Amino acid sequence: MRTALFLTIVVFAGTGGEIAATHAMKRLGEVKGFAPRVLLGVLGRAFRLGWMWLGIGLMALAFFSLLALLSWADVGFVVPATAISYVVGALGAKLLLKEHLGLMRWAGILLVTVGVAIVCAR
Amino acid sequence: MAAKNLRVKTCVMVVLVAVFNSVGNVLLAKGMRHLGEVPGWSASIVAPYFLTAFSSGWIWLGISVLLLFFVSYLLVVSWADYSYVTPASAAGYALTPLLGHLLLGEAVTPARWAGVALICVGVALVGPTPPSTTEQH
Repeated sequence: MRTALFLTIVVFAGTGGEIAATHAMKRLGEVKGFAPRVLLGVLGRAFRLGWMWLGIGLMALAFFSLLALLSWADVGFVVPATAISYVVGALGAKLLLKEHLGLMRWAGILLVTVGVAIVCAR
Repeated sequence: MAAKNLRVKTCVMVVLVAVFNSVGNVLLAKGMRHLGEVPGWSASIVAPYFLTAFSSGWIWLGISVLLLFFVSYLLVVSWADYSYVTPASAAGYALTPLLGHLLLGEAVTPARWAGVALICVGVALVGPTPPSTTEQH
């Protein structure tokens, strides 16, 4: 039960954090220049957005929950199980970021999920 | 032309995201292996252990590369779909066993090679889809 709860936190806080950070970057718009001054300016504006800090907070929550989970659960189960994040993230992108995922992208995401789970299994 | 430029720019950044993530993790793993296993979980053991970790050049190199990973990730999602970047950059998971094999001498089982193959097919399916599907473009 405790393992399931922490696994859920790792997956949902991790993908939620990435989606919040993505939303922050989408609000700034497409980064067009890659000169150091441009990049520093973009990052400076990004870190003034609440969405970015929400994203970083959620990613930190996911990271420390993963560390806690690994202190009692088998790494050979935990790390492959977190591969489900690809599917949860895709659903979040569709529902929250309003991205349009076609059949090809869904098929690719499912294959990547299974592949990552196998690669991370011990 | 604009769509082609967007695809090329996205492709280059996704490769950077995957490579920085993979190389950063391998460098951190190398640093932590020099240190050995955490001897216990009480504060008096963990605190000095992590202080030693932060005196390792490998760890700092790993952290620096992972920072580059995070910045390149933020840049690419400023124009590309989250649901495109995340699975496409999973190619890094295919790269990690390869780097582990070449740099750390780790053995790779047939099952892991099968996983690497599935990831490659998955990335090959995601790759040709439009990198951005929101109204920004």
